[in-house]
Amino acid sequence: MADVWVFCQEAGGEPTSLGLELLTKARELGDVTALYLGSGSDAAFATLGDYGVSRVYHFDPGDELASGPVAAAIADLVEEHRPDLLVFGQGYDDRDIAGRLAARLGLSVLSNAVDVAIDGAVTTRHEIFGGSQIATATVEGDGPYVVLVRPKSFPAEPAGGPPPSVTSVELPDVGAAKARVTGSHVEEREGPQLEDAAVVVAGGRGLGNPEAFELVERVAKTLGAATGATRAIVDAGWVPYAKQVGQTGKTVKPDVYIACGISGAMQHLVGMKDSKTIIAINKDPEAPIFSVADLGIVGDVHKVLPKLAEALEARAGG
Amino acid sequence: MQVVVCAKQIPDPATPYELEPDTHLLVRPTEQILDDTDRYGVEMGLQLAQASEGTVTLVSMGPAGNMQGIRQALAMGADKAVIVDDPSLRGSDALTTARVLAEVIKREGFDLVIAGTESTDGYSGVVPQMVAELLGVPALTYATAVTAGDGSVTIHRQTAAGYDIVEADLPAVVSVTAGVVEPRYPTFKGIMEAKKKPVETLSVSDLGLEPDIRQKVVSVEPAPERQAGEIVEDDGEAYLRIVELLEKVKVI
Ligand SMILES: Cc1cc2nc3c(=O)[nH]c(=O)nc-3n(C[C@H](O)[C@H](O)[C@H](O)COP(=O)(O)OP(=O)(O)OC[C@H]3O[C@@H](n4cnc5c(N)ncnc54)[C@H](O)[C@@H]3O)c2cc1C
Ligand SMILES: Nc1ncnc2c1ncn2[C@@H]1O[C@H](COP(=O)(O)O)[C@@H](O)[C@H]1O
Repeated sequence: MADVWVFCQEAGGEPTSLGLELLTKARELGDVTALYLGSGSDAAFATLGDYGVSRVYHFDPGDELASGPVAAAIADLVEEHRPDLLVFGQGYDDRDIAGRLAARLGLSVLSNAVDVAIDGAVTTRHEIFGGSQIATATVEGDGPYVVLVRPKSFPAEPAGGPPPSVTSVELPDVGAAKARVTGSHVEEREGPQLEDAAVVVAGGRGLGNPEAFELVERVAKTLGAATGATRAIVDAGWVPYAKQVGQTGKTVKPDVYIACGISGAMQHLVGMKDSKTIIAINKDPEAPIFSVADLGIVGDVHKVLPKLAEALEARAGG
Repeated sequence: MQVVVCAKQIPDPATPYELEPDTHLLVRPTEQILDDTDRYGVEMGLQLAQASEGTVTLVSMGPAGNMQGIRQALAMGADKAVIVDDPSLRGSDALTTARVLAEVIKREGFDLVIAGTESTDGYSGVVPQMVAELLGVPALTYATAVTAGDGSVTIHRQTAAGYDIVEADLPAVVSVTAGVVEPRYPTFKGIMEAKKKPVETLSVSDLGLEPDIRQKVVSVEPAPERQAGEIVEDDGEAYLRIVELLEKVKVI
């Protein structure tokens, strides 16, 4: 059986959904060890066990930037135990730690995978050209192999296992590679979390001006939906980055995604095209977003959205 | 302050990308542009260097072509460029790329290295972190704001929920997000001056490296197509179609 190590990070005292997705997949591939980054607690470790983890290496960098010391510590463990495969998410700390680890050990990294298999050698699948093509990749030579998987590539499902054995790993002093986290800023959010919402209403540059994002918010409110955005309007400062959907933002897979004034650029599509039902409103009949839409309305967001909001509010009220 | 900016030349994303049939490598035309991601890095580098009477050196790997992308960054104000162009680097993975960039950066000397968070054509998103590890310095990543001076650097590091404030002593690597600063457009004077700026082209043997590219794309196939949906022209009542569909999928 393959020895598979999965990086898993803590948020709000529990493993993130990304980590749990990766653990669920890893169970299919072999015996699972978690590389757990966070404060750690019996409850969090029990959750890991529930997802099939038999052993946990726990890293708590405190207010030091995690990547340097955690990559160094994992590198030592990898040298000692030689796992077959290390799986990370395409997340922030994941990328930092996987990158440093791979450079330290001279390992090739497969990024942006949407599927992974191991049968002696590793093979991964990647969506390219906005998800219109699938590439299959491999690494020649012996492992360990390092793979970064996009969020929402696999469902997270508990397996019901006992609590794992936990080893707290002491972090080495990385000297000149050290950095400190001296503060943390959390952006205000209303409504459900974007990544987990059943319905997402998203806006793009076609809204015309920052105030028009209120139309998106109004529709979202009546549906109990989260709001999302394209990078165009995040970069323009209309909405915070935390709302960005796509390649460099969040990946979402809601039951319904409503795209308002969004062209459907490749980098946006990869973040939302696997939504169950996609509705798009765009005044350009040639907009690429229509190629993934179940229902496409060729029209002006300033006309369609107010009427939609009214109709939904009327239903909710009556 | 001596600033090195990693800048990649890529095929214009406004043109359709093509793969070579046998190798599945991206076809790279002679004329490539500066990756938009790296325009932000170049601008950030220029601002930090100008504040400290420093210099900006561009480091790039890949087919040099007619160097239009590199000239673009020089025209913005960078002082010089080093480009590593070698047929044996075709199809480089992130690690090979990082090894080449780190080797050049070591030779040039640096206080601060700036890169983008992910390239538009490769988007592995790990090259800056690898470069930092190879140089033995911290990687301050996903920066939405950067200040540097007095031997240290501080950034706002984007997180899923907002941002963290991260600081480190120089030398360091910083990766910047789009929007960290507003990139300037080259002036006519800048474009003329860029033609005279030094551009050094190196091969891997100049660097004493032997590329060991272990990653390979074995096949590419079309993704399963989504079933074509219905397109309706708004006649003032199209919102009702949305309501109907929301009912049908039981969201309302
Ligand atoms: C490396 C890289 C990473 C990227 N990552 C992301 C990412 O994570 N997420 C992302 O979204 N983008 C990303 N992008 C940017 C992406 O390429 C597009 O530029 C962006 O998605 C476009 O946003 P938009 O659809 O809002 O704007 P536009 O492309 O300008 O589209 C606006 C649309 O609105 C329509 N419109 C105009 N007026 C109206 C009206 N009154 N009513 C209805 N429709 C109207 C227009 O027809 C048009 O289709 C990335 C780019 C790069 C290079
Ligand atoms: N071939 C290259 N030449 C110069 N810089 C590069 C190259 N590849 C990657 N980089 C830098 O690393 C960043 C992230 O790239 P990537 O890891 O490929 O997504 C880019 O924005 C560049 O700043």
